[in-house]
Amino acid sequence: MRINVAPIRFANSELTKRVVETLGRVFRFPVDTAALELDLDAAFSKERNQYYSTKLIADALGKTGDLEGKVLMLVDFDLYVPVFTFLFGEAQLEGKHSIVSVCRLHEEFYTGKTDDEALFQRTMKEALHELGHNFGLVHCKDWNCVMHTSRGVEEIDVKGAYYCDRCAERVPGFVKSAAV
Amino acid sequence: MAKTPKILVVDDERIFRESLLAWFEEDGYDVDAADCGEDGLKLFEKGKYDVILLDMKMPGMSGIELLAKIKEIEPEAIVIMITAFASVQTAIKALKDGAFDYITKPVDPDELAHLVDKALRQKTLTEENVELKKQLDEIVKPDNLVGDSPEMKKILDLVQTVAATDTTVLVRGESGVGKELVAKAIHLNSERKYFPMVTVNCGALAETLLESELFGHEKGAFTGARHKRKGKFEMADNGTIFLDEIGTVSPKMQVELLRVLESKQFTRVGGNDTVTSNFRVIAATNEPLEDRVKEGKFREDLYYRLNVFNVFIPPLRDRPEDIPALAEFFRHKFASAMNKKIEKISPAAMDFLKSYEWRGNVRELENAIERAVVVGKGDAIEVEDLPFHTRGERADDAENETSLADVEKRHIHKVLLRNEWNISRSAKTLGVDRATLYNKIEKYGLKKPDAQ
Repeated sequence: MRINVAPIRFANSELTKRVVETLGRVFRFPVDTAALELDLDAAFSKERNQYYSTKLIADALGKTGDLEGKVLMLVDFDLYVPVFTFLFGEAQLEGKHSIVSVCRLHEEFYTGKTDDEALFQRTMKEALHELGHNFGLVHCKDWNCVMHTSRGVEEIDVKGAYYCDRCAERVPGFVKSAAV
Repeated sequence: MAKTPKILVVDDERIFRESLLAWFEEDGYDVDAADCGEDGLKLFEKGKYDVILLDMKMPGMSGIELLAKIKEIEPEAIVIMITAFASVQTAIKALKDGAFDYITKPVDPDELAHLVDKALRQKTLTEENVELKKQLDEIVKPDNLVGDSPEMKKILDLVQTVAATDTTVLVRGESGVGKELVAKAIHLNSERKYFPMVTVNCGALAETLLESELFGHEKGAFTGARHKRKGKFEMADNGTIFLDEIGTVSPKMQVELLRVLESKQFTRVGGNDTVTSNFRVIAATNEPLEDRVKEGKFREDLYYRLNVFNVFIPPLRDRPEDIPALAEFFRHKFASAMNKKIEKISPAAMDFLKSYEWRGNVRELENAIERAVVVGKGDAIEVEDLPFHTRGERADDAENETSLADVEKRHIHKVLLRNEWNISRSAKTLGVDRATLYNKIEKYGLKKPDAQ
């Protein structure tokens, strides 16, 4: 098992680096960045000014056959699926691909103030959350578990950055003590 | 463990349907989906869903049409409409047709999650409510109104008749005959049964306290009124107010009561706002109200206002045939409550109970049986378990016995009961021979209780 973190038009290399390093400590298997080019225009909605996340995952499916393990895409633009107004991320349940948008994880989005630490914490939680879906986990009722559903950024802040003991049983190589 | 909530999604647009399906699955729900109204209806008829999400506009059977069919099959079904055409008219039409709520596409995930949570909570509460009402319906039979006498049957008939109406009832009878039980039976058999029956013992409260008790008070209305408090009339909204010992109410309060009973409106003590309450009145008294009216102590208009429907409960001594059933009812009640294996009342004890005068009526009988169950050691209540057995002659009993023959009759009867009608033992106790005792039994018409 390994995790490939693929930044897609993602300018914040510092954040990518911290996420890869932290995931590397949190899991007992290799975590590294991977280069991935997606057809972003095809997934863009002019009306909504958002990117259709399911289309991006579908595009990635055909371009990552050579990558072993999971593929976690990091983007900085806003995501949607037609039925919902926005998404923090999307993942294939028990699948290989997931995508996390940090667009609505920026503190600037809500208060106009920059908070890099909050951005990092939120990104880590969303990354672990979407990876959890890849490992077959559904939402957890435990408010401290990273698999608890988050309806807003406040709820991301409130929940823990680790899998609860029950969820952790389904995540191979998870090191709870190393979680942020 | 609680069962996984089941959700049905009906939407003709595959992308919408699948996104919702995946989203609900991630949230741990059990989800089914259909791409048209017809298939949605088939799924609904087969499965039991907690929440149904319907797209308003679909080719073929529309969401609105499907909503109507679902409501026809299951009026309690919780349906959330999804519409891409957020118009007030369609939403109102759906709500009028019984939809729980509606949500517009694209859906705010937060809003949908809250809506589904709310819908599921409502579903649980509705189901609990139905179950509780069912249980309540089972216990509302006036079980405590026990008795086979014609008088008791008449009372039960009156209860049934008057319960169906909203008429004011005046329950009359001596202390301890069960006036509150009759009031409760009327309330529990009326349409007001799911609302409270509020009891006020008018005789137990001073005039000023009674006023605040009945009408409530505002904060600071008097010393010690630190908070606003609802009165009993307000608490009895949609239910019944039971005014016990109405004959003891002061003339001033009688005026107030008359006004409230007529208008169903009042103001809290120290307040200006008019409070309206929809209550039914059942009053009770052990006093001859007519005499009080003649004496000028009870307002005639209030008397007529209360005495619309009269239920009179005769004293227990006038319906001795009810004693065995009541005694058995209380024996069972207290033996169960105290977890004691007392399964019957001995024939001698029952005969004793039947011959006793019960000045305190059913309440006294209840207390006597409770005591007997407490002290009883065997599987039956015996004469010696009854409280008056050791108390000796009651002063008032002795007063009523005017002749020596009365005293002799009573004494012989008691000795016979104590010895369970064993003639030899009783004769020995009385210091007479068996033949003399037989003569006395015949002379006084004493009868051995029937074997049970």
